[in-house]
Amino acid sequence: MAEIVSLRQAIATHVHDGDVVAMEGFTHLIPFAAAHEIIRQGRRDLTLIRMTPDLIYDQLIGAGCARKLVFSWGGNPGVGSLHRFRDAVEHGWPAPLELEEHSHAAMAAAFHAGAAGLPFATLRGYAGSDLRRVNDNIRTVTCPFTGEELAAVPAHRPDVGIIHAQRADRAGNVLVEGIVGVQKETVLASRRSIVTVEEVVDDLAAPSPNSVVLPAWAIDAVAVAPRGAAPSYAHGYYARDNAFYLAWDGISRDREGFEAWLREHVLDRESAGAEV
Amino acid sequence: MTEPTANDTDRSLDVPAATPTETMTVAAARALRNDDVCFVGIGAPSAACNLARLTHAPDIVLIYESGTLQTRPDVLPLSIGDGELCETALTTVPVVEMFQYWLQGGRISKGFLGGAQIDRFANINTTVIGDYDRPKVRLPGGGGAPEIAGSCHEVLITARHSSRVFVETVDFVTSLGHGSGPGDRAAAGLVTAGPVLVVTDLCLMEPDAETRELVVTSLHAGVTREQVTEATGWPVRFAARVGTTPAPSAEELGVLRDLHDRTERAHAGA
Repeated sequence: MAEIVSLRQAIATHVHDGDVVAMEGFTHLIPFAAAHEIIRQGRRDLTLIRMTPDLIYDQLIGAGCARKLVFSWGGNPGVGSLHRFRDAVEHGWPAPLELEEHSHAAMAAAFHAGAAGLPFATLRGYAGSDLRRVNDNIRTVTCPFTGEELAAVPAHRPDVGIIHAQRADRAGNVLVEGIVGVQKETVLASRRSIVTVEEVVDDLAAPSPNSVVLPAWAIDAVAVAPRGAAPSYAHGYYARDNAFYLAWDGISRDREGFEAWLREHVLDRESAGAEV
Repeated sequence: MTEPTANDTDRSLDVPAATPTETMTVAAARALRNDDVCFVGIGAPSAACNLARLTHAPDIVLIYESGTLQTRPDVLPLSIGDGELCETALTTVPVVEMFQYWLQGGRISKGFLGGAQIDRFANINTTVIGDYDRPKVRLPGGGGAPEIAGSCHEVLITARHSSRVFVETVDFVTSLGHGSGPGDRAAAGLVTAGPVLVVTDLCLMEPDAETRELVVTSLHAGVTREQVTEATGWPVRFAARVGTTPAPSAEELGVLRDLHDRTERAHAGA
């Protein structure tokens, strides 16, 4: 059952050194505030799962939190490279980064399988791709009915799943709107889950009976983190800060510039949201 | 009429001539039809797809991998999941549904991709330059492309023409084109056509009907065979009949420039 706690407490309780952590949000609702709290609390040796590592994992990788990355597209969307990710892969700075590389279709299927309690996902995928050659977790399975050979990947079963959402009610039920990505699957596939929200309200006011609502009893912790998805966006609350995504290319290009940014904007800052 | 007329000369005083990139975007847009359902890659493909929608293909269905289905953005998105895409979409579906029902389910007629390296058989590399374990350049990776290349009925590719991009053999096959020749797609278990057209800023290339190797089928206005040969990393062949790509019309250029102006203003974060 979801406990409504501070972000600091949520991360301290549920994210441990060496954990497998999935922080999802497909371009939208990326849980930056939670990532910054993980950096502040100095977590190490994390295996980070995410379809699009984006700036959020560039920051975690550059800050030295990650040992391994499981992903499918590691760029700054529409801008170019993730320089901290590249520095780790190309030069082992600040630490070597093990890669397990997939395609989007396989990553989405792996979250789906994890949420469904299955050991693996199957898809018609990776045809003729060298990804099969470099990732031993891409295998084949034969359909028992037709004999067709399909790709198989292990289900994602993170120790912790973290997402950001628009709002929760006081019981801890959560509403997600807009581009919903694989957020629901991430929470349901994970052993423990944290949802940061823009606000906690008396009435969730879900706009449709088909709205994406995660029940409180499927979540471990809810923490209020206003603007907790910035510089990505929260549909209905604030827009994507595209100018920051463009600026990140310069900020992150060299180690000194990145470290100065990290000190000023993450390490020397207080945890987002009020203490509960 | 192929000769320039007095009118064309006059008009060029008002409208600056098309840049090579604009010519590429317009040529790519023309490859799309009004009845296409198109899975849109970010960057150059996104500009071409939206230009098509704003000119000759108003009913084209554009789909981005963020789950935004039948979207009509007023400005080009910076990412594949900008709010603009969701707000102007017919509906937005979960990413699992996007890849499983809509893409793998076979409902998408065209996939539109770019790439850091493209080889003579239209295989695409967006993963690494150099060796995978010790890369010279670590690129973003496959994203949706490996399955877009496999599941869309046809694939269009657009990229700037240079010998660094158009290479004899890609360092890494992220997304399969025609493998190393006829029969390779079928051997990989695919029934789709794969790449049918490559649009660059110099020319159009299409796979040869027999060898599946990319050959030049049309040169953009003012481009020579020598330019294309020099900018291609393999001894590129020319089709028996090489056409001339009609220059962008004033309307196409006007719409494209307006789109880019609106986009630039929006992304500056005013």
